[in-house]
Amino acid sequence: MGFEKFGRKSFTGVTKTAKFVDLLTEGKVEGTVCKQCGAKFFPPRADCASCLSKDMDWFEMPKKGKLETFTIAYYAPFGFEKDCPYTMGLVDFGELKLFARLSKDLKPEDVKVGMDVAIKPLQYEDGQMSFEIAKA
Amino acid sequence: MAKDVAVIGVGQSSFVRGYEGSIRELAFEAFREAMQDAGITQKNVDASIFCSAPEYDKQRSPAGVLAEYLGLIPQPTFYIETVCSSSSSGVKVAYSMIKAGLHDVVVVLGFQKMSEITSAESQERMGRGADIQWEAPFGTMMPAYYALYAQAYMAKNGLTHDDMMNVRIKSGTYGQTNERAVYRKGVKASDFDASNPDARMAGAVAWPIRVGDACANADGSSCVILANAEKAKAFSKKPVWILGIGAASEAVNMAARPDFAKGLSVGYNAAAEAYKMAGLTPKDIKVAEVHDCFTIAEIMAYEGLGFAPMGEGKQLIREKATYKEGRIPVNVDGGLLSKGHPIGATGGSQIRTIVLQLRDEAGSMQVPGSPDIGLVHNVGGVGLYGNVTIFGR
Ligand SMILES: [Zn+2]
Repeated sequence: MGFEKFGRKSFTGVTKTAKFVDLLTEGKVEGTVCKQCGAKFFPPRADCASCLSKDMDWFEMPKKGKLETFTIAYYAPFGFEKDCPYTMGLVDFGELKLFARLSKDLKPEDVKVGMDVAIKPLQYEDGQMSFEIAKA
Repeated sequence: MAKDVAVIGVGQSSFVRGYEGSIRELAFEAFREAMQDAGITQKNVDASIFCSAPEYDKQRSPAGVLAEYLGLIPQPTFYIETVCSSSSSGVKVAYSMIKAGLHDVVVVLGFQKMSEITSAESQERMGRGADIQWEAPFGTMMPAYYALYAQAYMAKNGLTHDDMMNVRIKSGTYGQTNERAVYRKGVKASDFDASNPDARMAGAVAWPIRVGDACANADGSSCVILANAEKAKAFSKKPVWILGIGAASEAVNMAARPDFAKGLSVGYNAAAEAYKMAGLTPKDIKVAEVHDCFTIAEIMAYEGLGFAPMGEGKQLIREKATYKEGRIPVNVDGGLLSKGHPIGATGGSQIRTIVLQLRDEAGSMQVPGSPDIGLVHNVGGVGLYGNVTIFGR
């Protein structure tokens, strides 16, 4: 339980990585790292795809990276219409990447591929927890 | 290159909005045409494979229902799914069964009645087309994912909106002559001009993707009948052989993907495998069908298939090299953009076009010079699955 609180609207109730949401409420955006082989994952996984271990730990994601690409959604799936338009993008940290929405205070015309960006936890007014890409 | 398995019959329904019949009746349209094309009866068929994207189907486990309606019981039947590439995956499985000696003749039937569900239901499913645990909670949808690739291409490879528009104009050129296409109008630059109040294609969907950059939903069916060499020679005057098959998969989550400016990895990985198996190179391909669910997808396919160097796909459309008279004709049946994209039927429809081209029977769509080698590139999801199949006379 607990994962239904993730994102604008969650489609997953139960997952072994639900602690991700608790970490968001503590202000942390974390991935998982395998205790056996050291493989790092984001989004988090409960099982290591490299060595098959289930012995995983949490680690804090880098706070700054570069925007690899982005899109501005003018239409939305059912349940997201009120947010339109919203920008979503991909951040490259070198070793890992992260997909999320961009902060509302980043104007679409100021968003550029390759720009420096930061990652921040985000709480919506209805209590849903997420993270977003913000100005560096 | 081995000539062990051939296509002996192809069929396709018209691709339409709101098909006036049930799914079994829709399937029968492609089946009837393919059976008549092959000149065989149901007694000659040893097994059948049905392919669709199940989120659009109300019928659970459709294979048994459709096999009965097509008169293909008591032969074995089953279902294969890789979303938009389902029917080319079905062809790969049929090829394997024939090559293994399990069956002599196998029917692969792809279908989709997208209008089976309401547009509200479709909207809801659309958001769950990719990673529902980690990405759908942000409000993702198909055009937004392809827009991530388009944006990277524009920033790093010099791709322009005009290049994407010109892919759509090309598909319109051929779509208007394809009587099975859902969108049969030509497309002009003014359709993409945002300052023109009547521009049908200029509206932003997921920037930089506009209305005209996206393919049309449709209801439709396709059928491909495969046979071993002995039966192919017995039944068919013009068998078209499968020379190479490649398939690949990729991470569903965008965060786990390689460089977006290099396109879909399933495209180049499946192509490499297919070329290797066929013992051919991109220069040998005389005509191709690629998965242009969005205009950017066709540009990425040019590169993944080796028709253009990485990052240079735009040059092919600028030089009109992929028109019918060009160096490598691509999607001269209108592609997904104009012909329409009834998910599970699409791969089989692409194969039908290439088979007709190699038999010199493509009518107004025929590429001049009697092409002898053709290629089909069919992608499932946002590059989640990819099949590349090479055919020869
Ligand atoms: Zn491990």
